[in-house]
Amino acid sequence: MAENSLSFKGTKAQEEELMAVIAKNKDLPGALLPVLHEAQEIYGYLPIEVQQMVADGLGISLSEVFGVATFYSRFSLNPKGKHQISICLGTACYVKGSDKILEKVEEKLGIKSGECTPDGLFSIDSCRCVGACGLAPVMMIGEEVYGKLTPKEVGAILDKYINEEGGKQ
Amino acid sequence: METVNLKINNIPVEVPKGYTILQAAKAANIEIPTLCYLKDINCIGACRVCMVEAKDKNDRPMRGLLAACVYPVEEGMQVFTNTPAVIKSRKTTIELLLSTHQKKCLSCVRSNNCELQKLALEYGCDEDRFTSEDAIYEIDEQSPYIVRNNNKCVNCMRCVAACKNVQTVSVIGAIRRGYQVHVGSPFDKSLNDSPCVGCGQCIVSCPVGALTEKSDEDRVWDAINDPEKVVMFFTAPSIKATLGESFDLPIGTNVEGKMPAAIRRLGEGVKAYNMDFTADLTIMEEANELIQRITTGGTLPMFTSCCPGWVKFVEHYYPDFIPNLSTCKSPQAMFGAVLKGYYAQKTGIDPNKMFVVSVIPCTAKKFECTRPQLRSGDGDYDDVDVALTTRELARMIKRAHIDFADLQDEDYDLPFDKASGGGVIFGATGGVLEAALRTAARTLDGDFKKIDFEEVRGPEAIREVTYEVAGIPVKVAVTSGLGNARKILEKIKKGEADYQMVEIMACPGGCINGGGQPLQSDSVRNYVDYKALRSKALYDQDKTSAFRCSDESPVCKMVYDEFFEAPGKEKAHKYLHTSYVERGNKMN
Amino acid sequence: MTIEELNKIKKEYEELVMVRKVVKEQGEEMAKHTGYRKQVLVCGGTGCTSSGSKKVIAALEKALKDNGIEDEILVVRTGCFGLCSLGPIMIVYPEGCFYSQATPEGVERIVKEHLKEGNVVKELLYKETVHEDGSIISLSETNFYKKQMRIALRNCGVIDPENIKEYIALDGYQALYKALTSMTPDQVIQEVLDSGLRGRGGGGFPTGLKWKFAKGSEGPIKYVACNADEGDPGAFMDRSILEGDPQCIIEAMAIAAYAIGASRGFVYVRAEYPIAVQRLQIAIEQAKEFGFLGENIFGTGFNFDMEIRLGAGAFVCGEETALMTSIEGNRGEPRPRPPFPAVKGLFGKPTVLNNVETYANIAQIIYKGADWYSSIGTEKSRGTKVFALGGKITNVGLVEIPMGTTLREIIEEIGGGIPNGKKFKAAQTGGPSGGCIPAEHIDTPIDYDGLIAIGSMMGSGGMIILDEDTCMVDIAKFYLEFTVDESCGKCTPCRVGTRKLLQYLDKITKGQGEMEDLEKIDELAKHMQKSSLCALGQTAPNPILSTMKFFKDEYVAHIQDKTCPAGVCKSLIRYEIIADKCKGCTLCARNCPVKAITGTVKQPHVIDSTKCIKCGVCMSNCKFGAIITK
Ligand SMILES: Cc1cc2nc3c(=O)[nH]c(=O)nc-3n(C[C@H](O)[C@H](O)[C@H](O)COP(=O)(O)O)c2cc1C
Ligand code: SF4
Ligand code: SF4
Ligand code: SF4
Ligand code: SF4
Ligand code: SF4
Ligand code: SF4
Ligand code: SF4
Ligand code: SF4
Ligand code: FES
Ligand code: FES
Ligand code: FES
Repeated sequence: MAENSLSFKGTKAQEEELMAVIAKNKDLPGALLPVLHEAQEIYGYLPIEVQQMVADGLGISLSEVFGVATFYSRFSLNPKGKHQISICLGTACYVKGSDKILEKVEEKLGIKSGECTPDGLFSIDSCRCVGACGLAPVMMIGEEVYGKLTPKEVGAILDKYINEEGGKQ
Repeated sequence: METVNLKINNIPVEVPKGYTILQAAKAANIEIPTLCYLKDINCIGACRVCMVEAKDKNDRPMRGLLAACVYPVEEGMQVFTNTPAVIKSRKTTIELLLSTHQKKCLSCVRSNNCELQKLALEYGCDEDRFTSEDAIYEIDEQSPYIVRNNNKCVNCMRCVAACKNVQTVSVIGAIRRGYQVHVGSPFDKSLNDSPCVGCGQCIVSCPVGALTEKSDEDRVWDAINDPEKVVMFFTAPSIKATLGESFDLPIGTNVEGKMPAAIRRLGEGVKAYNMDFTADLTIMEEANELIQRITTGGTLPMFTSCCPGWVKFVEHYYPDFIPNLSTCKSPQAMFGAVLKGYYAQKTGIDPNKMFVVSVIPCTAKKFECTRPQLRSGDGDYDDVDVALTTRELARMIKRAHIDFADLQDEDYDLPFDKASGGGVIFGATGGVLEAALRTAARTLDGDFKKIDFEEVRGPEAIREVTYEVAGIPVKVAVTSGLGNARKILEKIKKGEADYQMVEIMACPGGCINGGGQPLQSDSVRNYVDYKALRSKALYDQDKTSAFRCSDESPVCKMVYDEFFEAPGKEKAHKYLHTSYVERGNKMN
Repeated sequence: MTIEELNKIKKEYEELVMVRKVVKEQGEEMAKHTGYRKQVLVCGGTGCTSSGSKKVIAALEKALKDNGIEDEILVVRTGCFGLCSLGPIMIVYPEGCFYSQATPEGVERIVKEHLKEGNVVKELLYKETVHEDGSIISLSETNFYKKQMRIALRNCGVIDPENIKEYIALDGYQALYKALTSMTPDQVIQEVLDSGLRGRGGGGFPTGLKWKFAKGSEGPIKYVACNADEGDPGAFMDRSILEGDPQCIIEAMAIAAYAIGASRGFVYVRAEYPIAVQRLQIAIEQAKEFGFLGENIFGTGFNFDMEIRLGAGAFVCGEETALMTSIEGNRGEPRPRPPFPAVKGLFGKPTVLNNVETYANIAQIIYKGADWYSSIGTEKSRGTKVFALGGKITNVGLVEIPMGTTLREIIEEIGGGIPNGKKFKAAQTGGPSGGCIPAEHIDTPIDYDGLIAIGSMMGSGGMIILDEDTCMVDIAKFYLEFTVDESCGKCTPCRVGTRKLLQYLDKITKGQGEMEDLEKIDELAKHMQKSSLCALGQTAPNPILSTMKFFKDEYVAHIQDKTCPAGVCKSLIRYEIIADKCKGCTLCARNCPVKAITGTVKQPHVIDSTKCIKCGVCMSNCKFGAIITK
């Protein structure tokens, strides 16, 4: 299973924040999803330690938490890269060739969709429509959206980030 | 009661409103095959095997096919359970399941008792019509009691429902989605790393060979074939009421006499003892402990400790209640201690050469024999070497080709052959408490006459009764199934209950429904109260027993006279009592 | 809030907002009373934000200050106009000048030359709004807008979605007032029934009927819920409504709650829509502040409150029962029906769930009446429908058309035809649950039943236009990959069936297919339709079935001739250099990652097809079009 082997490095501050989130939502019917959303915000991903805290906090079994966390594609068991690259494979983007954009990004970074570069700087994922279909094909890097892309432009966009990081790729 | 009139295969039926098509069909003596549905446990409409065709009250065909297990009947509807469209759908669904299934029927322990196999045969399925796929899941066999092979799983979620809803333990669940859905423990770790209590209710809920007990048959065969070893079997109280099912005898057939006959035929010199005796011994110790606790202000209520599933549950989830658990070992563990302690000394057989095999209804007892706290000797051996489930014993008997059904009754081996009716009923929920009450009452009040404490027998999920014994009101509670146990514990926690003694069995119905018992298919479980039939076999035997109370047992008398002196005495304590550990409720 | 207060706000803001809705001359007259000479509307929707509208707004505000006209010009940040591909979009009223693809530099010019000096900057206008003779038309006069009829989108791109008063100015909350004070719940339901409104989420179930069932269910606690999960990839109308006119959803949900007897509402929004979520949150807070949510609304004793719940990336959660399971905090697996949500829904209570666009019609229906609404559209499909027009089409964007408009009108007139002179091949509607409308059915009027009759479905409104370069087997495979990914895995026909279907398609696109695979596909497809638990599995085979129906020859070509007629399926194509066209520039040979191309300078090159990995690099590099696929 694609489970991360890195050791968990949560801080006290993160834990306090999570506890506050749990306390706030504890009595909300159906609290698990909202809490997992916020937990992922805090930690960037949902390792076993975090899911265990959520399970204990909400009084449900870890098994249920894990079942939910692995059902929804937005929840991640693995840390993401500092720059999260997400390529839209929604229909509007696909028919405009977003699969080729994805290929290009994979080739350039030497990792596959769903993976993270060993230095932790970049991770690639695909998503299904961010609602910017008018700009298809679309790629997101962090919050930044790049639309109407051609495979050729991808290299230059990535280079910008790579150079920012000291050109390590 | 409001009723609904409908027709099933043109047969008119009137059934209560809210009945499903499946229930209504049964009322017309028509069965509909099921796979994911399991009465009282799982009803999610997922497998799509139970599909039927229907027309509404206006004679218009209803859209698509309907899942009979979840679809409520409607007034005037017409249901058709065997049309070509229905057969075709079932067949295709099964073929789809087979396409992703590790088809190894020839060596599968569920062969001939597998619901998928049965359906495939009934519907003439071609197991290769849709491209077959490779086994992709690692087999989890790290725990000492359960093996999970997800390559044979049909994703019916019956095990998950049993673990989560019935037992409220919830250490397994559905993981991921779509084609990647599979059942497992959090983070895909081994069940052995989880706070599983080992009850095996998941196994007995599973329709296929995806969940099985960890088999110890080969170790037993090896011991039988080892001239150095003295192999000693003993059979738990509930086995006599279930083993016959593996040989096609009707549910509830008592096969007590056939068991020693069969076990002896497994190999030369193999001994067959009666574990009902240590059930009596447990009662002697437990009744004494109860009286002690009541009279000396000990921790109350006292919980029975003969069910290792329940004990592990307390250790994981309610460690604060550990002091409430009786310190008495379970009958299995007592038997091991009696053999390797008392009997070894008495006969001079080296305990290292004894190979002690318990036959138990239970996967939790496979775990129990590995508990270090249960080693009563100083050597490097467990008191019980192997715990075999009823199913494993049946397989051994089959491999030895013993004509079980026609065996003449034989007696157990001396000196551990006899037991009281109280020991017999240990196998059903309420039995332990009833046996304890019989003995405790007589101990406290020589004139106490009541023998049948029917109030604790059932069928309510939780039974609470107060008895007057020697002027003391004794308040007791009985339940089975860990979901019910949790309710009782929460009640005690909140201070809403003041029992003196509580009996809890992890498996719903007690050991007669244990995780190691013969598997009954849906077509039985969904319609027949097999638990009641099995229990009845035990209560019938109790009624006709030569003696009903544990304290009347000559075998108990012998072991006390020769070795343990009296209940609660030092030696009894060393060999027959144990301690518990806090285990935490997290994944390892 | 009383009706007097409501009308006061309306009056106060009416002209300000109406400037944007009326013809130029009238607008100029109105503008005089508003205190603003001109208004600049800049789109702040997801599309335009992605293409940089934040920077444009910042530049605009700075330039207005620099030019000292910041008090004369009102800047309004709106939601989506529906023409996101032209974004960032900027419109200047009262003249209605439509600037597309605005940049900070361009904005400086516009401020100076147009807003300050009154000279429209023609080069920066959207080209369709400038005639050859130099005359300018407003956006609403373009082909893209002319044929549209905006009911659900009526306020999108018109009002500031973060200002409830602008919503009130355009009759906002009048419908709720009318319902609460002059109609019984049954009358409200009757009005919705009479309007003929059918659910816009895909199923097309009559909305009024759904409300009626929920009203008829016993119980003191009931819920209304809004499905804003918008799972169809390539559709974004619900997103646009939430971003552009969130108040209309709140008002509609309040009306629904009144009709069925609920006092609590939930909106389930996909987490991929942060702007929509934020706007809706602001809208809810404002509605509370103004007393449209909360207790004793309009002094009638009616209470209603609502909250937002976020999805987490699961298409199946758009299915109504899965959505409810998800809100309850579980894996979003559908539940068997019956019981239907109207009887036993969210948290086991009777629940009405409607789509965003469905709700967007409600206030108008109540306010203007069922007769008005039902006069629009076709007999069985009343009103309008919003489509997200995408793919190989000139005007990518959101269009709202009366039901019954033909596909041809949408593609050729509103959509501006297929770009690059390519031929129209098919339109895909209904997303992963829908099918294709081939060229031969281009004159089909669009409504629920018409689309179903030709094997597609309305779906939620994604409409992807495909041209001759599209391989229909590949498209079917694309949707199957999607449903395999998104199936919840609960029931056998869908969990295993989708996977098997995909395996067959994969085989076919790799040139390993056999004719009998087509029979198995057909058999599995029909099985899934009949026996799957929820509509995801029941409809997942539609993309294959409809492409097999209309483009069987393409499947056969893949299987028997081992070719992909559209030149898409990698395993079946071959890259070749046309010797006549090759100038021998060597560019391709230098860029081929596996050195499959050989040749000497100025001589025609050749590709060694045994080495070629079909990456396509050479073809995109050749400046002379000498490389083709076969
Ligand atoms: C797999 C699947 C996905 C769906 N996704 C959506 C969706 O994203 N948005 C939506 O409004 N309805 C969706 N629906 C339809 C809903 O189940 C439901 O019919 C609808 O929200 C009801 O509202 P309406 O009657 O207003 O259309 C989906 C249905 C299925 C089966
Ligand atoms: S689980 Fe059933 S079908 Fe599968 S291999 Fe075992 S007997 Fe055969
Ligand atoms: S049943 Fe058939 S397949 Fe199985 S072993 Fe016998 S002959 Fe072989
Ligand atoms: S043995 Fe009992 S506790 Fe363990 S997984 Fe099975 S059902 Fe759950
Ligand atoms: S392991 Fe057995 S009971 Fe559990 S889901 Fe699989 S087939 Fe069903
Ligand atoms: S009830 Fe019996 S079979 Fe079940 S776990 Fe307890 S001892 Fe074992
Ligand atoms: S049809 Fe598909 S999505 Fe729907 S319940 Fe079945 S597996 Fe889940
Ligand atoms: S397609 Fe790629 S591999 Fe093939 S010849 Fe062109 S550049 Fe080389
Ligand atoms: S790039 Fe085009 S023109 Fe240049 S060598 Fe290659 S095929 Fe010939
Ligand atoms: S399909 Fe890519 S943004 Fe919608
Ligand atoms: S769906 Fe009815 S038995 Fe599985
Ligand atoms: S987001 Fe600006 S027009 Fe759509």
